Amino acid sequence: MPLLEITRLTKTYARPGGGTHRVVDVREFSLEAGAQLALRGESGTGKTTFLNLIAGILAPDDGGIVVAGRDLAQLGEAGRDRHRAEHIGYIFQTFNLLQGHTALENVELGMAFGRGVDRAHAAALLQRVGLGDRLGHFPRQLSTGQQQRVAVARALANKPKLVLADEPTGNLDRRHGREALELIREVCRETGAALLLVSHDERVLAAFERMQDFATLNRALAEAAK
Amino acid sequence: MILNLIYRSLRQHALATLVTAAGIALAAGLLLTVWVVKTQSQAVFAATNSGFDAVLGARGSKLQLVLNAIFHLEASPGNIAAADYEMIRRHPAVKAAIPLALGDTVEGWRIAGTTTQLFDEIEYLPGKRYAFAAGRNFKLGAEEAVVGSYVAQQLGWKVGSHFHPHHGLSEEAGHEHEEHYDVVGILAPTNTPADRVVWIPLEGVQTMSGHNPLAATELSAVLLQLRAPTAGLMMSNQLNASGGRLTFAYPIGSIVAELFNKISWVDRVLTLVAWLVAAVAAASVLVGIYNSMSARARDLAILRALGARRRTVFGAVVGEAAAVGLLGAAAGFAVYAVLGGAVAALIRAQTGVALAPWQWNPVFWWTPAVLVGLCVLGGLVPAIKAYRLPVAETIAPVS
Repeated sequence: MPLLEITRLTKTYARPGGGTHRVVDVREFSLEAGAQLALRGESGTGKTTFLNLIAGILAPDDGGIVVAGRDLAQLGEAGRDRHRAEHIGYIFQTFNLLQGHTALENVELGMAFGRGVDRAHAAALLQRVGLGDRLGHFPRQLSTGQQQRVAVARALANKPKLVLADEPTGNLDRRHGREALELIREVCRETGAALLLVSHDERVLAAFERMQDFATLNRALAEAAK
Repeated sequence: MILNLIYRSLRQHALATLVTAAGIALAAGLLLTVWVVKTQSQAVFAATNSGFDAVLGARGSKLQLVLNAIFHLEASPGNIAAADYEMIRRHPAVKAAIPLALGDTVEGWRIAGTTTQLFDEIEYLPGKRYAFAAGRNFKLGAEEAVVGSYVAQQLGWKVGSHFHPHHGLSEEAGHEHEEHYDVVGILAPTNTPADRVVWIPLEGVQTMSGHNPLAATELSAVLLQLRAPTAGLMMSNQLNASGGRLTFAYPIGSIVAELFNKISWVDRVLTLVAWLVAAVAAASVLVGIYNSMSARARDLAILRALGARRRTVFGAVVGEAAAVGLLGAAAGFAVYAVLGGAVAALIRAQTGVALAPWQWNPVFWWTPAVLVGLCVLGGLVPAIKAYRLPVAETIAPVS
């Protein structure tokens, strides 16, 4: 059984001026445990919404999203929050570190709502991403590349089964972007977590053995183009 | 986890936290001071009778008589004749009658003429008699003085110091008497108005140079201990109706309570001001947290994206407001220590009556509780905003 299995997933937003706008319409999608897949797509094509639906941050209008054996569509919001905290790691383009927390505290936050804080494990993760000497640094005291490393460590803090990465190199220069991508893929391999990454950057996409075009996956785009 | 989030948020917004907490501390300090001074001064003043049950004086206000004879404030309502003193001294219901002659001062402190009996026999509190920190009691007929502890401290007087009494109750008016008094005793502190008085023999005041010789046997008041409290009412009816010549002030506590009734509007105003300060402080918690909500909305959305439940971020915001309230209320006790201590010192300086600012008072628990409650109310609005936060829209640019 796949780790992630999506069937007839739809998400529609209301337009400010009235009417609705379907953003996601995915008939079928799956990802096996430990697999790494890149989704190609331009900005505004619904990739982030798709990831947010998988993470349970958004509730779908219809369809099924089974992650690690649980159908998110059947869970209430609190249940999806709990499920996300326990099974899913999320790496954002803008890092989304809490500025008032140190690197170590940010990684601990990744554990706090799931399996519980394990300071030694958080420190070991930061050590693994090359920030063993920056545990007490606040985000403003770190370079953008270092901040993304903290975000990677935080996404893996809860030993997730699935890591979602939304344009994780979008705010980094070429060298740091390449390093960050290698790091994400390595640590996911080491921990056995599946990786689903979305990007429009061909250099990033080229690094993946498996890549899929989001435009072919998301029928909402085809409908909008008609 | 919520405590952790609260702590880190307070740390992140340290300046705003301190400013808001300072406002709450001021409100708490004011409330504590107003309330403690109000409740304790009423109780302490009403209980201050220097060991006497009643005061006999000239026709006039009972309150003025008590303030003059017991608290050594206010002017005397007039004099009574020696015969009246003899009458009351021999009254079968009277256990002790201590005469007082007032009207002179020294360096602004009141001089009271009395008998040695006051210091030898009278208990100013049950089981407590006047004691001498230094020296001895004055001798009748001698130009000797016993000085209250507070006066001695303020004037730096010791046994062997001497002074010339000043005629009248104010320094500006009147003149200095020729008589030369030696300090022979310093009283130990009693925390009663006696601490603020210079005591000399009765006839010293009565026959002081410059005083009216025709009034040389008259008295300002007589302090009375009764054999039984029930006699007080009977004597009150009897003496207060006797031809409009005398005033029998009894019971002293009730008469002092009248004073507090008359000035009760003052503490109502002070209490209102303190509550307004508290309300403004709580509103500042609301405004402070609410204004920073746009700045911290992203942080809260990140927490939600990491798996925090809506109730967790709601609790963190409310808890932060409560923590600011708690911090302010705790600091309020420091404000109270300064403010309450200053007011207690002022009251002691003006009346001799000592308040105990740290004696247990229910206000010590309900003030912090009410302030924290107000802050929690103030935190509810931004907490509801945090609860309703749209995570996906707040957290990330859409790709």
